[in-house]
Amino acid sequence: MDSSADEMAIRVRDLLVGFGDQIVLDHLSLDVRRGEILGLVGASGGGKSVLLRTIIGLIPKQRGRIEVMGMDLDTAERWDARAIARRWGILFQQGALFSSLTVRQNVQFPMRENLHLSDALMDELATAKLEMVGISPNDGNKFPAELSGGMTKRVALARALALDPEILFLDEPTSGLDPIAAGDFDTLIKTLQQTLGLTVFMVTHDLDSLHTDCDRIAVLADGKIVVVGPIATVLASDHPWVKSYFQGKRARVLARAPN
Amino acid sequence: MGAEPTLSTRINDEELEFTAIGSWTTAHADALELLVDAAAAQASDVRNMAINMAMVGELDTLGAWLLERLLRNSSKQGRQVRFVGLPDHYRGLLDEVHRVNRQAPALPEKKNSLLVGLEILGRGAVDVKVDLVVFLEMVAALSIAIARMLIHPRNFRLTSTVYHLYRVGWQAVPIILLITFLIGCIISQQGFFHFRKFGADAYVVDMVGILVLRELGVLIVSIMVAGRSGSAYTAELGSMKMREEIDALRTMGLDPVEVLLLPRVIALVIALPVLAFLGSMAALYGGELVAWLYGGMSPSIFIARLREAISVTHFEVGMIKAPFMALVIGIVACSEGLRVKGSAESLGLRTTTSVVKSIFLVIVLDGVFAIFFASIGM
Repeated sequence: MDSSADEMAIRVRDLLVGFGDQIVLDHLSLDVRRGEILGLVGASGGGKSVLLRTIIGLIPKQRGRIEVMGMDLDTAERWDARAIARRWGILFQQGALFSSLTVRQNVQFPMRENLHLSDALMDELATAKLEMVGISPNDGNKFPAELSGGMTKRVALARALALDPEILFLDEPTSGLDPIAAGDFDTLIKTLQQTLGLTVFMVTHDLDSLHTDCDRIAVLADGKIVVVGPIATVLASDHPWVKSYFQGKRARVLARAPN
Repeated sequence: MGAEPTLSTRINDEELEFTAIGSWTTAHADALELLVDAAAAQASDVRNMAINMAMVGELDTLGAWLLERLLRNSSKQGRQVRFVGLPDHYRGLLDEVHRVNRQAPALPEKKNSLLVGLEILGRGAVDVKVDLVVFLEMVAALSIAIARMLIHPRNFRLTSTVYHLYRVGWQAVPIILLITFLIGCIISQQGFFHFRKFGADAYVVDMVGILVLRELGVLIVSIMVAGRSGSAYTAELGSMKMREEIDALRTMGLDPVEVLLLPRVIALVIALPVLAFLGSMAALYGGELVAWLYGGMSPSIFIARLREAISVTHFEVGMIKAPFMALVIGIVACSEGLRVKGSAESLGLRTTTSVVKSIFLVIVLDGVFAIFFASIGM
């Protein structure tokens, strides 16, 4: 295996995705390096979530290649594809917790299905993951319907982390959280990424997260990645949408605030 | 994947040193748990303990937690414990797991099974009362909505009613016709088969006519409608409730009963008598066909016998019941739909309850009507 392929957690080449006549992703290419946090930004309805869902195989693509951990999911055997699914964790926008299971059971579900651990250890691990994302152990017996929006997000993150994945896909992780909780969330992601060597692919609109968390930022506009790089590169871009996004009123307020 | 993890032990100066080697990650979860459990057993008779981390290739929360647990159990037993040769980039993770699982989560308390049985019984009794109250509340809410509609007829949702009429009436016609036709065939065939033994062939027509027009036509159709449309109402309203659509309506100053429930119930009350009529005719036709092909009774004789055997009263008895059946099905389906809570399980539970309860009530109501009509001599 050549080193460049080895360094990449995700390689997307010439990806074409559309629904009916409408083309959402138009010959898009993107690399995500191992161990980095990549933030994906773009206009609402611009195809960010579509890109994420195409990479994890929920939306079929018309053309192009997607490699995750050096494996092309189209040509992979069923068993290998399942093994890859064990190595990523996904945080859906609405949490997507199983409503008939308690919070603890939700976190234990991937462990129960994939590992052979004792019940005691699974309980401890589930509690550990929940505490790491800031959920009190006593909330473990609650059902998802009893949780607030922010708690749902955190439990969903705990479930995404259940198998200690190598890649974490986050779909707007901090939307709907208060700034303090969002800040904690950012710190948590950063800590996990540093300690576990996690690769994080994050769809976000949170300018704070983009500034503090992301190693690189990719901007999706008109179905293509128009600029990708560290925040300085993106800020220096001439693309009109990128300019108005990062130099709009809200962005300027954030930039002025001491970090 | 990384190398297989191992945990080797060495004793130097009253200190037991564990050396963790290889990849301590979820990929090796099964082996790791056994390793650490075995190590914990070894550590029982030493004073001091250390874990050498210098050789660990990979570490994740599972591995970190297992080591942390080993240390924690040992220090609880009064031993000095420490990590040796810890690489800096793992410190954050170990600090993280060091903080968690400090207090045991509250376990649901165990209950006496006899008491649990009694509790279930008691709750069942209370639920009957709750069911009754919910049913009556729905009757009241619909009555108020109807009264309001009569005062302001312009508020009536005609489009919605017609749409639901199309769904529960028109679209149900083929399956209702097919099933009632088959039921008519079966009754007729069974009638000929058994009545022939004592030469009472001619009375099959009486049986088919009275049974279909008075009871079976409306009953079969009601049960079909409860299963087909009642369940759909419950599931629709339930998922609207889950997605806060009903709350949204309410905050816009609209009454969900008027907007959602009334058109559905009215559509059902109109559709069910029509379906019951069509169903009865299909059943009679099936009976006649079997009488001809199997019983050797020509259609003209069948119709002549039918004219003698039944009166318009039988038909009326059947048709009078139909709108009441529809009302019961509609009220149960709507009230169960609004009782759906957040989970997918509760949606399933309520839909099942809706169908079971409305079929049960339809049959009870049929019995009540039978007594009523018998006592007024119809």
